[in-house]
Amino acid sequence: MMLPVYLGLLDGAEAALAASFRRIAEGHGDEPDVFHICHTLAKQCDAHRERFVSVIERYGRGEDDAPDRLHAEEITETRSGAVGLLRDLQDLYVLTKMVDATWVVVKQAALGLRDEELLVIVDECERQTNLQGEWIMTRIKQAAPQALLVAR
Amino acid sequence: MVDRIANIWGNRTPFEREGLWPVRVDQKLADGLTDADVDRWVQSACVLCSNGCGCDIAVKDGRMVGVRGRAADIVNHGRLGPKGLFASWQGVDNRDRLTRPLIRVDGELVETDWDTAMTRIVERSRALLDERGPLTHGFYTSGQLFLEEYYALGIVGKAGVGTPHMDGNTRLCTATAAAAMKESFGSDGQPGSYVDIDECDAIFLFGHNMAETQTVLWMRVLDRIAGPDRPLVVCVDPRETEVARHADVHLAVRPGTNLALMNGLVRELFEHGWIDEEYVREHTLGVDELKATVEQWTPEAVAEVCGIDPNDVRRAARIFGTSERVLSTVLQGFYQSHQATASACQVNNLHLLTGKLGRRGAGILQMNGQPTAQNTRECGADGDLPGFRNWENQDHVAELARLWKVHVDQIPHWAPPTHAMQIFRYAEQGSIELLWISATNPAVSMPQSPRIRRILAKEELFVVVQDLYLTETARLADVVLPAAGWGEKQGTYTNVNRTVHLSDKAIEPPGEARSDLDIFLDYARRMDFRNDEGQPLIDWSGPEDGFRAWQECSRGRPCDYTGLSYERLRGGSGIPWPCNDEHPDGTVRLYRDGQFPTEPDYCESYGHDLLTGASVPPQEYRAMRPDGRAFLKAAEHVPPHEEPSDDYPLRYTTGRTAYHFHTRTKTGRARQLNAAAPSAWLEMSTADAERLGIREGDVVSVRSPRGEIVVPARVGNVIEGTVFAPFHYGYWERDAVGPGEEPTAANELTLTEWDPVSKQPVFKIAAVRVQRVRDGNGPAPAPTTTASRPADADAVAPTRGVDAEVLELVGAAEPPRVATKEEHG
Repeated sequence: MMLPVYLGLLDGAEAALAASFRRIAEGHGDEPDVFHICHTLAKQCDAHRERFVSVIERYGRGEDDAPDRLHAEEITETRSGAVGLLRDLQDLYVLTKMVDATWVVVKQAALGLRDEELLVIVDECERQTNLQGEWIMTRIKQAAPQALLVAR
Repeated sequence: MVDRIANIWGNRTPFEREGLWPVRVDQKLADGLTDADVDRWVQSACVLCSNGCGCDIAVKDGRMVGVRGRAADIVNHGRLGPKGLFASWQGVDNRDRLTRPLIRVDGELVETDWDTAMTRIVERSRALLDERGPLTHGFYTSGQLFLEEYYALGIVGKAGVGTPHMDGNTRLCTATAAAAMKESFGSDGQPGSYVDIDECDAIFLFGHNMAETQTVLWMRVLDRIAGPDRPLVVCVDPRETEVARHADVHLAVRPGTNLALMNGLVRELFEHGWIDEEYVREHTLGVDELKATVEQWTPEAVAEVCGIDPNDVRRAARIFGTSERVLSTVLQGFYQSHQATASACQVNNLHLLTGKLGRRGAGILQMNGQPTAQNTRECGADGDLPGFRNWENQDHVAELARLWKVHVDQIPHWAPPTHAMQIFRYAEQGSIELLWISATNPAVSMPQSPRIRRILAKEELFVVVQDLYLTETARLADVVLPAAGWGEKQGTYTNVNRTVHLSDKAIEPPGEARSDLDIFLDYARRMDFRNDEGQPLIDWSGPEDGFRAWQECSRGRPCDYTGLSYERLRGGSGIPWPCNDEHPDGTVRLYRDGQFPTEPDYCESYGHDLLTGASVPPQEYRAMRPDGRAFLKAAEHVPPHEEPSDDYPLRYTTGRTAYHFHTRTKTGRARQLNAAAPSAWLEMSTADAERLGIREGDVVSVRSPRGEIVVPARVGNVIEGTVFAPFHYGYWERDAVGPGEEPTAANELTLTEWDPVSKQPVFKIAAVRVQRVRDGNGPAPAPTTTASRPADADAVAPTRGVDAEVLELVGAAEPPRVATKEEHG
């Protein structure tokens, strides 16, 4: 069964997303909304991983040797300035979509397994991950015209 | 005669539930004058709080010499509060007024003529538009101008300049009221009416020190309390306010914990079955998610986080659940905290869950902080589209484009309008290069004032300020335009419960001062803004024409003004919108039929996630099929971002006193009010004062990570662990922009953060440390008549008035009845 591999992938992706939210928060601390909301969302990712502990206990956490282009790359550096913020947010957006898609994959497996406990976790976490993406996109839309047209 | 400094609320006129609030006409004239001396009385409404009291201005020899309440007005039944009685006229008719335009020459502001000043603005504006485009322009306005002025500004900014960077200081006072109503009901629009005070069985005041912020509305409550069947009163406030003293339950929560309390109150409704199942089924969406969100908030959990008794949570919820008619009011304690919109939405939820909405005595007043804030919101001067149109709805934008005869893409609608804090951020970063500030004083009123002063002082930022006085902000401007004030111009404005008033011109403005409307129209003319037909963008020139233009813009929208006119508003009472063919006498309460403006094609907003502010995508909103049902929205409570620490062990919160408004530009110039609360102070509890070795009147230093104030301490009645500072006290009396050695402005300490949905700044939560500096000169200058009264009443001489005698005529006329047939049979 390959599900444990995907559980590991998801757990690692949530960890990378949490770290990335924190990195972006610190890198753009002069934008108070970005700073605070990114920290709030990082905690959400932490909470997702905590809820996941019991799932990993039941199914195990697998690794596989196949070439893997799917692992989530943590954001470790931030850019500066208005355009820098825009690009960092876009990186973050891509990462949330990666996590979101992984939740969807795990959900499909949970449906096949009829694992009600896992389904409850997946539904709630996937909804939050989706909202994280919505927030980033909302902020990108706000920042884009100013950053691309008039920022100094 | 009554000393209305010593006795803020005047004499009682008790009345019973469903009775009519008796008339009491309050009148104040300049020293030595009597009625016989008054040449004429000119109709208006007070602009010194959001209540909107109808009044008449006394005029003698071309000057304003006093004021009296209008007996016929449904808002105040003749009464006025101390601010209106003393400052409405003295705060305008004053020798400090700006009378000529000023421009900056070699670093100094010097007098000039209008043509020179306007030319300087227009040249800069034109150059920026040509070189870098409209996103270089920001407009920051007020909750103090008139409807016609906001509408003109809205057209100039959106269709003329074409910038999304428009907001008002309403962002600081009332943004959450609007946001909470959009989230719950689909659109802005106050559900309730002041008449609900007359008819309720219980009144809940959520973070609302009504006794000081809307003194006349509080008189109405006091008169019910003094009557034979008083309503139960529940107060949520960390200070022992006058409201708290009359409360049956006082929930003195720690700042930053409102949402925990609200989630707990909502949970109690579910636990005890105080839910109107049918109403919830027919008229709401989201009950299951709401129930799940509040599940963990037992009274004990609430008590732990909020620092209150769990039984008080139960008692408050029981009063809500078991009283037939409940009125809730909400203000800055909720709006200026973190999670503001989520907390205010939970108030809406209490009413939606119990069906206590849209009927006699059962309603919601999401309050405003300022007299014309409602119009800032309606007319698009705060960035929202005029007429509560939805910027994400292409048809709504197209309607405006047709109305203004411009191409639809001229009107910025690609993203949410830029909120005030973001406008200042863009100015800080240098991408906004022209900032036009009208009738507000951000150098004192915005959070973290050292930062705001730094931004306004930036060499590269061209700042235009139009105001009555040379405020701290005006001193930082490149061009200062002298504006006409209240009584010196004509126009309309709308109060908290949608009541529209006409204010006629009583006297000429001083010197060369011009109305804000004339200034905006002059700018539009000089910029030669034209519509697609080549005609001037704004084809009207006076307030009454402007009102007619606005009526067309409001047609068919929730704030429909089409049934009103200057003529109808003259002579009697203000009239609450919507007023149209369907509601020819206006509308007392919205949502009587449980139908809410949530239809996707009609709503003002598709809503947001309350935790993050993420927009709900339009297609998702449609998929929910709201179809006239209200949303039961919720969010989990999260702690505030700045909590007490070893370095900064106390919670810091800010607010108003009854005697002042804003940065005292008007109230500080009325000697009665100035004497009652002449300078700044800090309130702290007896326990904290003892621990820190601080006695009444000692001068203390209050420090946060952002700055310091040095003020006398009032040992008072705020909860232990929290201190309070009034936000009125800047530096204009010293002819200074900033504090020098004696910082007093409460916002030296506040933080730059805002609610993720309403974008309202967080003024109520910060962490500070307090240290004794030196002995004071006697007690702190804080009033003893308000929430700032001393813990030891004998330690401080009571606040008394100076020339503050006011005539109160009780029963001068039959009480007015609200304007429609739906009330009083």
